[in-house]
Amino acid sequence: MKIKSLVLGTAAAFSVASMAIADRGSDGHVNIIYWQAPSILNPYLSGGTKDVESSSMIIEPLARYNQDGELTPWLVNEIPTVANGGVSADLMSITWKLTPGIKWSDGSALTAHDVVFTGQYCMDPAGGCAQSNKLADVSNIEALDDLTVKVSFSVTKPFPYGPFVGAEQPIIQKAQFADCMGAKAPECTAENFGPIGTGPFVVTDFKANDVISMEANPHYRDASKPAFASVTFKGGGDAAAAARSVLETGEFDYAWNLQIDPTILSQMAEGGKGEVISSFGTAVERLMVNLSNPDPALGDKRSTLEGGPHPFLTDAAVRRALSVAIDRNLLAEVGYGAAGKATCNVVPGPAMYVSTANDECLVQDIAKANNILEAAGWKRGSDGVREKDGVRLSILYQTSTNAVRQDTQALVKQWWSEIGVETELKNISASVFFGGDQSSPDTYQKHFSDIEMYTNLFSGTDPEAYMGSWVCSEMPMPSNNWMGNNMPRYCNPAYDAMAAELATTAAIEDRARIVMAMNDMLMQEGAMIPLIHRGRVSAHSNKLGGVVQNTWDSELWNVADWYRN
Amino acid sequence: MLKYTIRRLIFTVPVLLFISLVIFLLLDLAPSDPTGNLPMTVPPEVREQIRLALGLGEPMYWRYLMWCNQFFIIEPLNIIEQAWGFCWGDCENRTRVMSWATRSPVVDLIIERTPQTLWVVGMSYVVGIIIAIPIGVISAYRQYSWFDQTGTFIAMVGFSVPTFFTGVLLIVIFSTLIPTDSIFWLPSIYDTTHKVTDWDSFIFQIRQILMPVFVLALYNAAQISRFMRASMLDNLSLDYVRTARAKGMKERVVLLVHVLRNSLIPVVTVLALNIPHVFGGAIITEQVFKVNGLGALLILGIEGADIPLVQTLTFIFAILIVLFNLIADVLYGILDPRIRYD
Repeated sequence: MKIKSLVLGTAAAFSVASMAIADRGSDGHVNIIYWQAPSILNPYLSGGTKDVESSSMIIEPLARYNQDGELTPWLVNEIPTVANGGVSADLMSITWKLTPGIKWSDGSALTAHDVVFTGQYCMDPAGGCAQSNKLADVSNIEALDDLTVKVSFSVTKPFPYGPFVGAEQPIIQKAQFADCMGAKAPECTAENFGPIGTGPFVVTDFKANDVISMEANPHYRDASKPAFASVTFKGGGDAAAAARSVLETGEFDYAWNLQIDPTILSQMAEGGKGEVISSFGTAVERLMVNLSNPDPALGDKRSTLEGGPHPFLTDAAVRRALSVAIDRNLLAEVGYGAAGKATCNVVPGPAMYVSTANDECLVQDIAKANNILEAAGWKRGSDGVREKDGVRLSILYQTSTNAVRQDTQALVKQWWSEIGVETELKNISASVFFGGDQSSPDTYQKHFSDIEMYTNLFSGTDPEAYMGSWVCSEMPMPSNNWMGNNMPRYCNPAYDAMAAELATTAAIEDRARIVMAMNDMLMQEGAMIPLIHRGRVSAHSNKLGGVVQNTWDSELWNVADWYRN
Repeated sequence: MLKYTIRRLIFTVPVLLFISLVIFLLLDLAPSDPTGNLPMTVPPEVREQIRLALGLGEPMYWRYLMWCNQFFIIEPLNIIEQAWGFCWGDCENRTRVMSWATRSPVVDLIIERTPQTLWVVGMSYVVGIIIAIPIGVISAYRQYSWFDQTGTFIAMVGFSVPTFFTGVLLIVIFSTLIPTDSIFWLPSIYDTTHKVTDWDSFIFQIRQILMPVFVLALYNAAQISRFMRASMLDNLSLDYVRTARAKGMKERVVLLVHVLRNSLIPVVTVLALNIPHVFGGAIITEQVFKVNGLGALLILGIEGADIPLVQTLTFIFAILIVLFNLIADVLYGILDPRIRYD
């Protein structure tokens, strides 16, 4: 066995080595399918994953995250740090040095002015830039010379790798987009459909919401890459059909985000034409507890601080019992297969941030949950539902419409009924639930329910902004037009203090310690009940080599290294 | 007849305006948000900015008038200008109807997708008619024969088995079970970039539309053959048929000249009324075979709350429906000289 793997490994090493000296475009054509079709190739105007990832083959950021979530220089030679002088000692600025000699696909040189322009393009308030939060505290971006760009912040930035890092923040060409600033941005259809980039591929034809045709960039910095001369990037259909086209019919080489019934996916993979790959990032499917009172009788004060506390979910015992009663491993197995595993943390990665203090919930224990409720004085009524002082444990549990979520709801309802909690289920169309329509009572921000379920994540590897979601001032309420991320309406001065401390701490070990403490506080106080650490599942054909699955950046981050087996 | 047609045409204007208002209100008042499908990492303030940049901050009546202006004045102007290659006034800076998801003109998206819809859905309609009419005629002429029984059974199957089942079934047989190098293998994913330039590329085009066309043609043929059969049966028992036979006409002439022509009148009306559906695309079949035609465009627009796109597309369907209703009425008059509207 060992000899075999050794031989295979050597063979693989040789094939990689032989690839390195192969010519650009020598491997012909590659077919990629995304069942959500890209609508635009400018991630600043869309923000949808499909658009960000498809554009990542064409336009590139200064630095990317690799498959382990580590920052990797991309258009620069090294990552600026305080140690190498790239980040100023007061943590107020970062200076990037572009690698000399990088060319745009039209043959002109990439300069610091393009980077400055990209920042200005996204910061123009009339443009509606979808990535503007990445540039939030930027006070100035300037080109020190043709290859040096300095980003200054208005506050101390212990983690200054927001601007121009990751697939959401690629550099666009100043010459091409100069007339597309601000209100003009959406009108530049030709530019938005065919950005000039530094990436391995160039767009030859873009049919919105359908298909992108690309060919190798003749000016790509590595003369031997990409191995493929042309790409068809098809969109549309559904996840099952995309999986079938790679694993069964073999028409496509790579299929993205195969969120389908795990048993069907493994059946397809048995055909032997391709391989299912998965990796885990920061996405967690969680139950958001409502600590404020969602009683419709409260009218405008519903689910707000003024409406008063929740009649029973403010009792920590109830929240703990609800959590302990859930069999997360079964939920993962039924709904997610290779794409999910049980978790008890809201920060499931990168590894250095992951706490082990909450692992009690990994094992379901109905008896223990019953004991917790019993001890807290919740007694079963004649209909089996527990109550105390006239308050019944009756929960309205809402989520978006999605087959897996409805399965999860049904299972959770069953387990909760075993501990004497009555549950009413509700599901809402995703575009309404996640939409910010002020007039709709069904948005996840309004949280007009006792418990709601959805997935949230943070992009990149730094959880600072994400952890900042649960400070008091982030509570959605009528006065801020229900904007804010603190869905549980959790408010704890100790938590806010830690968030403030995190914002001024630079050393990575200290940051990890604070994040873990914040995560533990949220978990132990029961502001939310995490269920599943969700990964991404994709599939590639056996004839496609070089794929490295990455959830920290675009899945197509290393498409320049792909080759034909 | 001409007067009647003109009167009807004039009357369509207020009808269409009213329809456009209703569509707009339905879409605008529905609780849906164009930023709803963005990843959760995009914060609410940014979402609000995106909504403002899309023009959602303007009052509702203003947005409706804007759309009317763009659709009824700017878009036709643009088409005329492009066709004759001139520029009238400030043609560079006119804002056309822009899709929110793609930030590109909606009309261009529709034009881009019309070919594949016409290839697949239009072809299936033609094939359906070609199959259905003979089946309907023979079934009626030999009522309750084995041919009629078989035809009825197939029609029932074609009508009641949903296309998402037949479509996937065909894919499993022709794309998965049959090896890819066999000549019977058919692609399960429609290639919209394919261009027909020579015989080989034409054959490829036929191969890639074969499965979706078959699925849809089965459904269409089932429907039309039943209409045809019923209409033939109505006519076969009428007095003029007996007269024709009594005059000593050949059975062929009786059937194909006298009965068929008269039986076609209601069927032609049904066919004309159904043509707008061809442009509406076949949402499910398009999805199954990734044809990405107009039906898929509409569904994407609805899911992404892309109001200008959905508004324009549904309104174009409304125009087609109103227009083909008129055409059906006029055809009726032409086919049956006894009918006169004036």
